[in-house]
Amino acid sequence: MHLILFIVFAGLCLAGAVNLLLQSHPISSALSLIVVMVSLAVLYLLLGAEFLAAAQVIVYAGAIMVLFTFVVMLLNAGREERTRGSHAARLVGFPTAAVILGIIATVILHAQGLGSAGLRDNITSTQDLSAVLFTKLLLPFEVTSVLILIAILGAVALARHGDGEGTSGK
Amino acid sequence: MNPTYAHMLQQEIPLSWYLLLSAALFCLGVLGFLIKRNLITVFMSIELMLNGVNLSFVTFAHQWHAVKGQIFVFFVMMVAAAEAAVGLAIIIAIFRARATLAVDRIDLMKL
Repeated sequence: MHLILFIVFAGLCLAGAVNLLLQSHPISSALSLIVVMVSLAVLYLLLGAEFLAAAQVIVYAGAIMVLFTFVVMLLNAGREERTRGSHAARLVGFPTAAVILGIIATVILHAQGLGSAGLRDNITSTQDLSAVLFTKLLLPFEVTSVLILIAILGAVALARHGDGEGTSGK
Repeated sequence: MNPTYAHMLQQEIPLSWYLLLSAALFCLGVLGFLIKRNLITVFMSIELMLNGVNLSFVTFAHQWHAVKGQIFVFFVMMVAAAEAAVGLAIIIAIFRARATLAVDRIDLMKL
């Protein structure tokens, strides 16, 4: 069962990622990225991370991707153009990605002592997670909330119309 | 229950498969970052890389039965949310100033 679920959702994940690269329209890429994120949530659940599976769907597939699709539609982004630069990027991009994949795969396949995952494994409950998060790691958690607040202020300041950076000199 | 069916239910898979999947996702993200010519799609490739790394964090958290790997993924998600908000605001500002999303035309700081 674990094997079947892994093969189905890992295949879906890779298909979505490849489709993200193949599509030339940004909205198609965004929708395939949502497929990748939802199938990753299932894989997290298979690995026993129930809270992260929920957070993946809510935060990534929900909030972040809504932001992406919203911006794609707001800016009315059309098909991407093919220029001279894109040919050079292809020439460099494919070997680079292949080399990185080769190196990482070699390291993983030579690693010793990696275990296996099955359906009977214990699931990390949200209770265990929050016990560590709200005792030992309380300060980083609170700092994260400050980070989010600063990001909101920065986003509002950057996207505001009018006296932004372009017109402030006048 | 059919014995072969029971065997399939109990079947375990090696964790290196998860790590290989995460490496493949990361490399597809790198490839997208390099070959895509649209600013928003390049930004989506960064999110794909982050997701690939998150999967390997969760895999190692499962391997060592440790909670801290999952908490790290939680922090990565929060930082990614902040990054997406600021990054998309920058993209909107760029579009307002240059009226294009093609990375080849946004080359003011290029040598």
